[in-house]
Amino acid sequence: MEKTWNNKAWFMVLPVLVLVAISAVIPLMTVVNYSVQDTFGNNEFFWAGTEWFAQVLESGRFWDSLARNLAFSAVILAIEIPLGIFIALNMPKSGWGVPVCLVLMALPLLIPWNVVGTIWQLLCRADIGLIGYGLARLGIPFNYAADPVHAWITVVVMDVWHWTSLVVLLCYAGLVSIPDAYYQAAKIDGASRWAIFRYIQLPKMNRVLLIAVLLRFMDSFMIYTEPFVVTGGGPGSSTTFLSIDLVKMAVGQFDLGPAAAMSIIYFLIILLLSWVFYTVMTNYGSEK
Amino acid sequence: MARITLEHIRHAYGLRPSRPNDYALKEVHHEWKDGGAYALLGPSGCGKTTLLNIISGLQHPSEGRILFNGRDVTELSTQQRNIAQVFQFPVIYDTMTVYDNLAFPLRNRGVPEAEVDRRVRDIIEMTGLGDWAKKKARGLTADQKQKISLGRGLVRNDVNAILFDEPLTVIDPHMKWVLRSQLKQLHRQFGYTMVYVTHDQTEALTFADKVVVMYEGEIVQIGTPAELFERPKHTFVGYFIGSPGMNVLPADVDGSTVKVGNETIALDHKPRVALGASIELGIRPEFIALGRQGMSVSIRKVEDIGRQKIVRAEFAGKPIAIVVPEDGEIPAEAKVRFDPAGINLYADSWRVELGA
Repeated sequence: MEKTWNNKAWFMVLPVLVLVAISAVIPLMTVVNYSVQDTFGNNEFFWAGTEWFAQVLESGRFWDSLARNLAFSAVILAIEIPLGIFIALNMPKSGWGVPVCLVLMALPLLIPWNVVGTIWQLLCRADIGLIGYGLARLGIPFNYAADPVHAWITVVVMDVWHWTSLVVLLCYAGLVSIPDAYYQAAKIDGASRWAIFRYIQLPKMNRVLLIAVLLRFMDSFMIYTEPFVVTGGGPGSSTTFLSIDLVKMAVGQFDLGPAAAMSIIYFLIILLLSWVFYTVMTNYGSEK
Repeated sequence: MARITLEHIRHAYGLRPSRPNDYALKEVHHEWKDGGAYALLGPSGCGKTTLLNIISGLQHPSEGRILFNGRDVTELSTQQRNIAQVFQFPVIYDTMTVYDNLAFPLRNRGVPEAEVDRRVRDIIEMTGLGDWAKKKARGLTADQKQKISLGRGLVRNDVNAILFDEPLTVIDPHMKWVLRSQLKQLHRQFGYTMVYVTHDQTEALTFADKVVVMYEGEIVQIGTPAELFERPKHTFVGYFIGSPGMNVLPADVDGSTVKVGNETIALDHKPRVALGASIELGIRPEFIALGRQGMSVSIRKVEDIGRQKIVRAEFAGKPIAIVVPEDGEIPAEAKVRFDPAGINLYADSWRVELGA
């Protein structure tokens, strides 16, 4: 077959190229550009090579933030995934309860992130907040602004409140797609509640759980707004996650070079971890 | 194995049924014998799956009792009734191997592992899934999966009955024959009580000793394939069984003759029909002879289906079908004769018994 060359075809792909360039390539290349140069303002740049990367990787501050981030993601995944599955299993499958539950579940997802932060900041204030004041009256001096453990509890509870619904909705979608015959067959086979979960429900939720874990991991690893609003990264730097640290460095200190280098490292970490999650979870159980 | 007694079973999906039409399943009162192979045949929505689920215990009947070997099991759960059921879509546990799938019902019941192994090996041999035993069940074809569903029932050697809910729907046509004859063989070999729901008459007639024909929530006839063919108790049975179905023509009875339109047909007996009942004459296409003598008929269309021809014609203003052998002659000025042995009379859709 003869190929027809027609240069007009370039116009067809042009819109996509422009979109991708504006949304991804150009910003990313700008960051790369900053990460290998030094500037003292005045739009003057000097070649810095890998200096900034070395500086970021050698600083304890970066590793501390990364460790906090990993710990945070681990904690919220460990809470949100099982909790989400549990709630989804107990949601009604038919009747008037379904729309009620779905709307209640969707509510936290519809609230803007900084509003969520504000809500929890107010709730946890010891002087006027429902939770903070209540705990204080119970004799537990709760102060997220002074006690790192309290700050962590606040941020984790807030994230669980905000995002468990997403896991619930995904799992629920997986659950309702299981035909009734499976449950009937399981009854006839004398399967226990646990066996039904283990051999019918969990395998059928496999796909959606993969999506849930990936989304929750990426999101929690990039968390910024809510802790920024509630704790501002404090007390000290106890809730300073990578993104907060990055913004402090770039906007607060105006260290563009190190901030750009850190951005790239941060991006690569997320890419790598997401790939690992995806590969592990898609391969799990598919071979043999 | 068990004898299944259905005592005045009725079922309604709504809460408070008041009229007979509120019942998805109108009164069923029958006894099915131990080791029998029954087929529940009927169109979609006729209540056959409801009846099956009532036997298996997945549904609780609104009224009536169900007994296995004389013991009331109405209040027992599916598990306690100890039955096996094969569903329309194959149900397998995809994350388990074929072997574990088959072992699952036994392990759930706490059967010792040595016994589990012995029985599972038996079933694997019986179903011919030997090569697959250690592989994950999700890679199997539909008919193999359906065999596993069946195998999970067979592996429990004490089941009271095996119930099938349109089990061959998703199976390729050429595998249907194979699976059906394997089922039949299992039945002969082990004498399970089997109940098979289907809307496919070929499946029902080849599988069952007794076919239970259902229509609008009622059992209209229970009989052997021959009885259903020769003496349909209800015009629905005549129409539903056979291909093409029975010709049903409005008629009037006068002594020992029947009038259809302007034609008069002599009977070999004098039927007794209630006054005012609407009478119909039913005759299967196989009992109508096409020739040069008899009553006049006008032919509309001839369908050649290979071993025979189906003639679509108009008789006394009504469409009828006539089966003619492949080499049978179709004369230009065709006439028809009705074989008296093939004539059934219906009063208000129900068959008028001879000499009754």
